[in-house]
Amino acid sequence: MSERVNVKKKQSAPVKEAKAQAALPALGPKGMLRWAWTQLTSMRTALFLLLLLAVAAVPGSLFPQRPANPAVVTQYIKDHPDYGKLLDSLQLYDVYSSAWFSAIYLLLFISLIGCVVPRAIAHYKAMRSQPPRTPQRLSRLPEYGTLVIPADAAVPASEAVSGAARVLRKRGYRVEVRDADGALPSLGAERGFMKEVGNLVFHTSLIGVLVSVAAGGLFGYSGQRILVEGDTFVNTLVGYDQFNPGTNFQSSQLQPYSLQLDKFNITFDRESRGKFGQPIDFAATVTTKENPDAPPKQEILKVNDPVTLGGTSIYLTGNGYAPVVTIRDGAGNVAMQGPVVAKLQGDNYYSSVVIKVPDAQPDQLGFVGFFLPTAFVSDKNVSFSADPELFNPQLTLNSYYGDLGLNKGAPQNVFELDVKNLTPLNARNLAAGGITLAPGSTYTLPDGKGSISFDGVKRYIGVDIHHNPGQLYALVFALLAVAGLILSLYVNRRRVWVRTGTADDGRTMVEYGLLARGEDHRLAGEAAALRKLFATEWQLPEEGAPGDTSENAAPSQQTPRRTSDNVAGSAGKAEGPAANAEGSITTPAGPTGPEKDQ
Amino acid sequence: MPFGINETMGQYSELFMLLAAGTYTVAFIAFAWDLAKSSKALRAVDLKAAQAGAATKVPVAAGVGAGSAGARLDGPADRAERPSSSAARTTGSGAGGVVTADGDMKYATERRVPARVAVALTTLAVLIHGAGVVTRALGAGRVPWGNMYEFLTTGAFLVAAVFLLSLIRRDLRFLGTFVVGLVIIMLVAASVAFWTPVGHLVPALQSYWLVIHVSIAVLSSALFTLTFAMSALQLVQSHRQKTVAAGGADKLGFMRLVPSALSLENLSYRINAIAFIGWTFTLMFGAIWAEKAWGRFWGWDTKEVWTFVIWVVYAGYLHARATRGWTGTRAAWLSIVGYLCVIFNFTIVNQFFNGLHSYSGL
Ligand code: HEM
Repeated sequence: MSERVNVKKKQSAPVKEAKAQAALPALGPKGMLRWAWTQLTSMRTALFLLLLLAVAAVPGSLFPQRPANPAVVTQYIKDHPDYGKLLDSLQLYDVYSSAWFSAIYLLLFISLIGCVVPRAIAHYKAMRSQPPRTPQRLSRLPEYGTLVIPADAAVPASEAVSGAARVLRKRGYRVEVRDADGALPSLGAERGFMKEVGNLVFHTSLIGVLVSVAAGGLFGYSGQRILVEGDTFVNTLVGYDQFNPGTNFQSSQLQPYSLQLDKFNITFDRESRGKFGQPIDFAATVTTKENPDAPPKQEILKVNDPVTLGGTSIYLTGNGYAPVVTIRDGAGNVAMQGPVVAKLQGDNYYSSVVIKVPDAQPDQLGFVGFFLPTAFVSDKNVSFSADPELFNPQLTLNSYYGDLGLNKGAPQNVFELDVKNLTPLNARNLAAGGITLAPGSTYTLPDGKGSISFDGVKRYIGVDIHHNPGQLYALVFALLAVAGLILSLYVNRRRVWVRTGTADDGRTMVEYGLLARGEDHRLAGEAAALRKLFATEWQLPEEGAPGDTSENAAPSQQTPRRTSDNVAGSAGKAEGPAANAEGSITTPAGPTGPEKDQ
Repeated sequence: MPFGINETMGQYSELFMLLAAGTYTVAFIAFAWDLAKSSKALRAVDLKAAQAGAATKVPVAAGVGAGSAGARLDGPADRAERPSSSAARTTGSGAGGVVTADGDMKYATERRVPARVAVALTTLAVLIHGAGVVTRALGAGRVPWGNMYEFLTTGAFLVAAVFLLSLIRRDLRFLGTFVVGLVIIMLVAASVAFWTPVGHLVPALQSYWLVIHVSIAVLSSALFTLTFAMSALQLVQSHRQKTVAAGGADKLGFMRLVPSALSLENLSYRINAIAFIGWTFTLMFGAIWAEKAWGRFWGWDTKEVWTFVIWVVYAGYLHARATRGWTGTRAAWLSIVGYLCVIFNFTIVNQFFNGLHSYSGL
């Protein structure tokens, strides 16, 4: 692809071979483990696992997911007999709890721990140790410059170094002065330890977020409940329509608070063209009690504005209409009376209604049909709802009698009526026709099976109730992670070395070099700032306009060009004390240059 | 309660958007003209230089980078320690002429009239565009980012505005055709495919988190857009530098207006770092909002999945930059893949918000 990659390949192929030959015979089981661990905690593996995680997350957005919507998954498998089952066996409907997805992120986090721990130890040591020894040739550093203190200023080399140390300390560097009384005193300075600290905090906090989320799943619970106006929910197991306990849930965790739905108001958009009739505000007035003996308190529950009660949060997640009906059976007794929750099907609260009347005698009764808040019949004789509000409410139903099958104990969906074993009474295609009811009207069923009255309409809301103890911790760790991230990206870790020496004519020569650890685009700016500070410290005269010296005074093409931001004077290499003294004074530096980063 | 709807304002807004799109189109032509003209001028200068036998340095005349003579390939200091960067270093200067523009992306003294015209036109367009965004907000009585149409129009405004702002510090005019072209595409897509009259927000969106979460998301996306452009150019430039270094013909003359691959990589890294922090906030605030609205802070729905994927890809990008053998071209690819995910996420949003319409259902 690119020159870099090619270059890299060329270099690494023989190296790899050599490594493989060298390492293989020596690997015992322990060595193998160590080798595996090194591989797992390498940067390359982290990168690979990260990218793998991104790829692995994608199928969850392509296929329906069971935790979000189990019914859709069942339907999907039915609709795709050829591969629906296969996808299931690959856990593609449970991507985020699948073995393979878990394996990736667990490996990633193990790698993360394996990465963070040694780094933390190394960094702790680094923070307590002195800046690295002054390199022999400062001019090799990415930022390098020289200054000359005139002889009449009477600042000897040792004093110049301590002046530089002062300047650097003030600027937040940790400084060590070396060889202060020698011929070539120097100093090493370092700052920006918070960069690595930030990085470590960031990565550690990611583990914290993961653990908090997992803990929330273990100790939390959630559930749903539908409340018709006037209904009261009590926070006990039987109070829920559906309940999802966490693995470690105990029913004693439930605080028996209560919440009554007094009134539910919807505001519809009557202003805009495109969205006429769309709901723009939902507000449920509820009365809550912390416990059975506590004083009642009225609150407003809204979307985006949950009510918190007894360690849980209660969310408004749905709503609809509940027609109130009275059903008398063949014997003339009231077999059922009350609101029936109508399930939303289409626009403008076009909803389906299922009524099961197991108490009807002598035959159980069942009704299936629709509720329309503003009933209209189109040209094609299709009924639809023209508005979400109750301008022309209508119930249209078919009826059945027989055994509803409720006594067998198998759980049934309240929103579905299985008519297999039932005999139809009312339907469009039967002689008796379908049932159409307006509020206040009553229909008498054929064959003396009873009657149904449509008494009025109430509203209902659906609420989700959640208890998630991990949430707060997840938030705290997430905030920590961001703080760490910002530190790690914006603190710059820098090293500075300064060396001074006295020239034959009595001038004090100063050379300095800067090195960044990690990405640092402001290193040149720092070099310029330090230069200014040094000049002030030694009361050197103002320098000429920036840029003039560096371009013009460049002595030769061999000098590698430094980053251009480094203005005045960086090219005065020949004046450095070490260079100046070359031959006459031997510098006490070792054979290598500045310590390499990686 | 929401404020009232003002349809007249909405119509003004649409007029402004139209005018802005027109002005951007003229600006686009000016940027393209600048590219063509400058590359021609550069070629002429090269020719002269070659005839005069000037071997190493091209006289200061046309190129952006000419002011500082020669190709600048230095990046942040530590790059010099990476084996990969040394390869690029030799590539740039080896050809003997000005192969790429100044790596610092500072303005040169020489004037590029078409480019100046283009920037002036873009500024005008951004002002008109801004008026369009503001009138839209006034018309709807809320922040102008509540549906696809508004994400696109406001997002395009931010892309253009961020681009103009970055021009204050850096000479990124070489990105002009790309950025302005993209802004035009966004405006056209908004008006043609996603046009929506001013209206109220569905209750699910009525939250101050909409203001926080979406504004940061759009801003980060605008930054990712810039880095996408730079990474794409980086790939082209890196290929070109290699060809030229190997003595091949320079077929992409206009690319000499563009800085070296390494400079592009470094600048896009810095912008990506900012955008990544922004995206981290987007993700977190999204989770907090989801907790408020739906009672769970993370549920792996489509939108959340892709926001996560984008975050992980860019985290991968940041890691790549610190991994041997993954800097340069590969990192650029990651940046591009990340941006493609951003686009995908953005178009998926549409479906997502349709999903919210069934909000009143159970
Ligand atoms: C959940 C998985 C991970 C995520 C989301 C992640 C994310 C990030 C991000 C966003 C950065 C850039 C910001 C910074 O410099 O602090 C970063 C840097 C870094 N990460 Fe990770 N990381 C993950 C796992 C790992 C692992 C497993 C390792 C070790 C093998 C690792 C090692 C590093 C290192 C060394 C840096 C500093 C790079 C530099 O010097 O620029 N990370 N990580």
